[in-house]
Amino acid sequence: MSDTILTLTIDGQPVSGLATETILQIARENKIDIPTLCYLEGLSAVGSCRLCMVEIEGSPKLHPACVTLIQEGMVVTTQTERLQGYRRNIVQLLFAERNHVCSVCVSNGHCELQELAHKLGVDHIAFPGCYPELEVDASHRRFVLDHNRCVLCTRCVRVCAEIEGAHTWDVKNRGMRSRIVADLDTPWGDSATCTGCGKCVHVCPTGALSEKGKSVAEMLKKRPSLPYLVANRTEERQ
Amino acid sequence: MNREELKNLADEHSRHLEGFTHHILVCAGLGCPDNEAIIAGLRRVVAEQHLDKQVLVRKAGCMGLCALGPIVLIQPGEITYHNVHPGDAEEIVAALGKEPVPRLLLSEDLPFFTRQYKNVLALSGRIDPESIEDYIAAGGYGSLLGVLTTMRPADVIRTVQESGLRGRGGAGYPTGLKWATVAKALGEKKFIICNGDEGDPGAFMDRSILESTPHAVLEGMIIAAYAVGANRGYIYVRAEYPLAVKRLQRAIHEAERKNLLGHAICGTSFDLTLQLRLGAGAFVCGEETALIASVEGRRGSPRPRPPYPAGKGLWGCPTLINNVETYANIAPIIRCGAEWFASIGTEQSKGTKVFALTGKIHNAGLVEVPMGMPLREIIFEIGGGIPDGHTFKGVQTGGPSGGCIPEEFLDAPVSYESLSALGSIMGSGGMIVIDETSSMIDVVKYFMEFCMEESCGKCAPCRTGTVQIHRLLTRFQERQATADDLAMLEELCDLLKSASLCGLGQSAPNPVLSSLRYFRQEYLDRMIPADTPGEANS
Repeated sequence: MSDTILTLTIDGQPVSGLATETILQIARENKIDIPTLCYLEGLSAVGSCRLCMVEIEGSPKLHPACVTLIQEGMVVTTQTERLQGYRRNIVQLLFAERNHVCSVCVSNGHCELQELAHKLGVDHIAFPGCYPELEVDASHRRFVLDHNRCVLCTRCVRVCAEIEGAHTWDVKNRGMRSRIVADLDTPWGDSATCTGCGKCVHVCPTGALSEKGKSVAEMLKKRPSLPYLVANRTEERQ
Repeated sequence: MNREELKNLADEHSRHLEGFTHHILVCAGLGCPDNEAIIAGLRRVVAEQHLDKQVLVRKAGCMGLCALGPIVLIQPGEITYHNVHPGDAEEIVAALGKEPVPRLLLSEDLPFFTRQYKNVLALSGRIDPESIEDYIAAGGYGSLLGVLTTMRPADVIRTVQESGLRGRGGAGYPTGLKWATVAKALGEKKFIICNGDEGDPGAFMDRSILESTPHAVLEGMIIAAYAVGANRGYIYVRAEYPLAVKRLQRAIHEAERKNLLGHAICGTSFDLTLQLRLGAGAFVCGEETALIASVEGRRGSPRPRPPYPAGKGLWGCPTLINNVETYANIAPIIRCGAEWFASIGTEQSKGTKVFALTGKIHNAGLVEVPMGMPLREIIFEIGGGIPDGHTFKGVQTGGPSGGCIPEEFLDAPVSYESLSALGSIMGSGGMIVIDETSSMIDVVKYFMEFCMEESCGKCAPCRTGTVQIHRLLTRFQERQATADDLAMLEELCDLLKSASLCGLGQSAPNPVLSSLRYFRQEYLDRMIPADTPGEANS
């Protein structure tokens, strides 16, 4: 079953892939850009940012490309005005949720949220900001967690649990009160499980996780090569 | 236990019950105040008058008419007393076999009682929920024994499919189809789950069923597990339902002792272990994938479907997950046949449905009606209409995931299709009646606040969108809204409906959308007129 080759159409372009692959994987292979935020190659896909929603012919619903497996004869559309409208609204909602002030952010110019806004043509935020009072956890020797910039993509949670194997990060509370926490909600510096590997910092799409000592726009993230790590590990196990 | 033993037990217990000339049944649900004191008072009076051999005082499940509770039922004679106080015990006992106490008597031909069709609730209020013998004497576990000894799993599934039963949790997915999918799914281990995480404000159908006839739910689950090939199961109940939890625990224990649960059930090769899991108070855990995560001991947040639980559910194994009321329908379907069940209701919605009638209505309580009954009949005849001379404005079905249906559509029949065509949903059975004194904006804002507080926070549209919609509704409430606000409100509702991850977010805009459809003027009246900025149009 897994080695069955399927053919489908994405944005009018005929493409092919394995039955175990997702729409997003096949689209990226074929240079078709679908915006994502929570997705990161090498980590499990959770389908939570809802930016990669696409239309599939014959289905009244929208489907998240990152978790939807391809099917024979599927006709996928990724760039309709409706989808772009939803994407612009989601990005604006994320900007309004917390305190994203690009001009004073360590990730200014290297931020995925900022890039998304630029790419989608978001030039203003239609929704009033919520301006929650949020903490900055600078208790770790080398890193800083700034909740003001967090978009709750949970990449840090997943990289720590799935790749590093420490599972230091998780989410507490629910809804708009959701927060990333270390261990059972301890200051990061007191965490008994954190190995200090820094993978979370480098997978974080925004300035929520950064290295200490970096000033405005200085935090350049070096994405660890997760697919490479995962592939090597699978090889070792075999 | 085999069929003969079950019959003997039923006969023996029936003889025991028939030995008494009078039965006094006292509603002992969570919602009725002082029922413990009433039972104690009645027992004391009976003992004092040395009537122990003639009069049996028993606790019973919910009798439905919660607005007039606690209710006491005297058998024989079907004499129903309402608003009983512990001090009424002597009068009630004295009237046994004579003229009933007029002060407490409820008319027998009250439409509340005569218009209902009791199937799931047939035994509710008639038997002691804490006695397995009571349930067995009323014919309970007969369906299970019949299934185990005369039917193959495929026969059971066919019967459920032919009955036309659809999920009572809200979405109305065909139950037989779900069972067939789980039965066919590949996997050595399969699980069965009962979803008792009833969380809609104003809904208490599942609580009442679990409190009144826990064995009926167990029997349905055991039959379902046999049909799909599951050997382990969980009943997920919210911790806010302590009485339901206590009675379920007792029911599971008693069923195990009678070999109706556990290893080699009734001497067959079929095993089933059932355990309780308590929800910690999150509405989202009623969503099946979040519920499964919670049972697994993880954070209760939903995941994208597919894969559906039928293929990959609890710990990755095929899992059958149904609602409390769905399971409670199974034993009657087996006992009376698929044809009987399919003869009740409408073309697409078969059987009966339990509703929790609340809000501005005379007879607040629990009712069971055949599908297809017009809303007007439920509200104005069974429910007794609107109290205090007020007029009907709308009825919210489906709680925070549903919509509000106005007067002009009251003749619509209750069915999955018609409610959905009206922009609402059947939901799990909550019906909140609203009169002209309530503003729709207030109602809708209340439900949006509920969704905002209960959003798990996983997906961006629901977590951030509910906050913004709530803020916009506040602007309407404060008469500060503009035409732009109205446009933004509609845009955000569309976003949540189309792009949210789970049912909570997808259905959170429903109250707003339905009120915009039927009560749009209320929104328009609360907008600042375009030419006078800063002042509300009042």
